[in-house]
Order: sequence, then structure tokens, then C-alpha cells
Amino acid sequence: MASIVAVIASTHHPFYYRATTATGDDRPPFADEWERKILAFRETLTRANPDVLVMVGSDHFHQLWLDNMPQFLVGKAPFYDANWYNEEREFGLPRMLLKGQEDLSAHILRAGLDDGFDLAFSNELRIDHSVTCPIITLRPEADLPIVPIYTNIFAPPLPQPKRFVQLGESIRKIVESWPSHLRVAIIGTGHLSLELGGPRQFGPHGPDPEFDRRAVEWIATGDLDNCLREVTLDSLHSPGNATHGFMDFMLMMGVAGAGAKADHVDTLDLFHTMEAYFTWYPNGAPA
Amino acid sequence: MSKYLLDKFLYMVDRDPELVERYRSTPDELVTWWEAERANTVLNCHTSEASTWLRFTDDEREALIGHNHVRLFELGAHPFLTLTLFIAMFERGNTEPLEYQKAFGARLAHFDMPYPDIAT
Repeated sequence: MASIVAVIASTHHPFYYRATTATGDDRPPFADEWERKILAFRETLTRANPDVLVMVGSDHFHQLWLDNMPQFLVGKAPFYDANWYNEEREFGLPRMLLKGQEDLSAHILRAGLDDGFDLAFSNELRIDHSVTCPIITLRPEADLPIVPIYTNIFAPPLPQPKRFVQLGESIRKIVESWPSHLRVAIIGTGHLSLELGGPRQFGPHGPDPEFDRRAVEWIATGDLDNCLREVTLDSLHSPGNATHGFMDFMLMMGVAGAGAKADHVDTLDLFHTMEAYFTWYPNGAPA
Repeated sequence: MSKYLLDKFLYMVDRDPELVERYRSTPDELVTWWEAERANTVLNCHTSEASTWLRFTDDEREALIGHNHVRLFELGAHPFLTLTLFIAMFERGNTEPLEYQKAFGARLAHFDMPYPDIAT
């Protein structure tokens, strides 16, 4: 059976690419520290030596639209073109082409449907920065085949937080039952407190540093009990109007497992949002 | 109230560089044209299979023509869509980093929680 060699959860800050490729006067003062933290984070994936990446993220109204909105969707395609005109325009992100791992996509779809998740699928999916940001930060060679999994954290009505955790638990079980010798890393990105298009956006820190502090503690210690007790669809409005993206972190806590302490934890307090990076090694840290 | 159509306008204009420029420079022309020619498009469907019932309220049309992002927020337009398109149109005037983005937030400072409902 396949082995899960790393579980990784991260924020996906679309400005990282531009900030760290800028030089001279264009390079922001926080870029060097940010890049150092990302290089250390990247090493946690490199050490795990994965063959395949399962990538959990959320389409930002690019291909998925309100006339036909899935809650959870699995890509099953041989290739995924990536990044969109408005992401090039606003963030300077490059166009990319990623290979797909269709056998694992098919396995996740079949087993997920049989495990109680009525997963949608896509055979032609152009992915966006929720998936390409962690490719840029963690595997910039973009050389490993992927299985993208999209969640709806954007267009209400949304699934309940516990459903994200349950899907994560299911994905863990399903990948471990994949009849393959390949080494799989499961990577998901979301947000801590975040405000977009509202009065609290683009402040000197994230809109709710206290929420961020508690959230990092929940994730780092695998504290699903307290996280699920405190986080509801209603409560997530309070830290910032885009904080429902935190449910993708909850999904990754489900993948890592209740009580699983992260092997790598790092944060960076930036303007607009706090960055947070977590890696778990389910089979022990690689030598 | 047709929050869905407001969102559809923001979504369809934002992804088309030509429409972004037309909306920036001639909002009255662009909004009128879009409502007449594009509002009823069913995405991914043949043009002869358009919807027949979608139109803006006067209030919504006025907010769009006026580039009034505060009113769009109040009407429940999806704030991510509004922000993205308005950055595309107006960030180019920044004289310092994030100047437009911060001003955009400051103009919404009078809104308290809970914000207007964005469910469509």
C-alpha cells in the first residue's frame, strides 16, 4: 500500500512569489525573513522524498462558479494548467503546468464515495493559487504529479467544520489504502484570520491575532476537541470575513489525526495576515 | 434583490481584461451593455440557450455604474469579487504600497458585525 510520508498544512499567501523574486528597491523589507522560513519549510517536504502530492485547496471563483458549485471536488486529469489572468495581474503569479496522478484520483473518488462523501469531480481543471502557492513554496520544480482536492470555503452555504475534519480523516484512510508502492505527501492550504473586501482588510497584522494564536496552538498540538468546540460557521465571521478558509486547516488536522503534534511549526506575522506552516511525519521523521 | 447577478457581473468582468478597462473608463456604457447582452448568459452553455429572467434592480445598477463598492458591500455582493475587480481598476493609481487597498477598507469602516449577508 501507499505510504503517507508527510502531511503539510500552510497558509497560501499569493504575494510570496512577487515579494521574494523582487530585487533592489522593489524587494519588501520582510522578504528575506519570509524566504528563510519558507526554505526551512520546504526542506520538511524535500526530506520526506515524496512521489505524489495530494493538494487540498479552494478555487477562488475561477473555474467553479455559483451556477454549479460543488462542496468538495477531486480533480482527475492527466494535466492541470494553473493560475489565472487575474492572479497574474494582481499577484504576478506565473502560468504553470502540473502533471496529474489519475490512478490516485480515481481511487480517492471511488473510496470517498463509498465512505459517505458525495465527491464531485473534474476532468479538466485549471487550478489556482490555493494549490500553486504551496507548489511555489514547497516544490518549486513542480515536477511531481498531483491530485487536487477543492473545498468550498467561499460561497455559502458551506459544509460544517466537522465535515472538513471528517473528510481529512477519510482522505488519510483512503490514501493509505491505495494499492501502490508510491510515497504520498498530503498538502493543504487555508487561512488563519483574514478579511477580504471588508473594513478590517490590509491592516498591519491579521484582523484577529488572538484567534491566530489559538488556531496555531490547536493545529500544532492536534487539538481537534477544542478547535471543534470553538469553531462554527457563525463564529468564523468574527475573526475576519474570509476566515472560513481556516476550515481547510481543520481538514488537514483531520488528515494528521487527533492529538498529532506537528513536527515542524513556524509562523510569520505579516501585514494583512499571519503566515503559518506545519508539517507532520506520520511514520516518524525521515533520517 | 439579485445578489447572484451582482456577483455574476463582478465575476465575468474581472476575468476579461477588455471588460475591466471598459468598466473602469465608461461604467455606464459597460453596465448597460452587459445587462442587455451578457447578464442572461448561462456559462458553459450555447448562446441560444440563455436564461430569460435576470436583471438588476435600479439600486444595484446604480451602485455598479457609480463604482460604489461601499453600496455593493451593503447589498451583499461577494466582497472578494468586488475587491479583486476594484483593485484591478484602481490600484494603478497607488503612490505607495497598498494605498488603494487600505482606502477601500477605510471607506467601509462604519460597518459593524455582522456584515451584510453574502449568501446567494
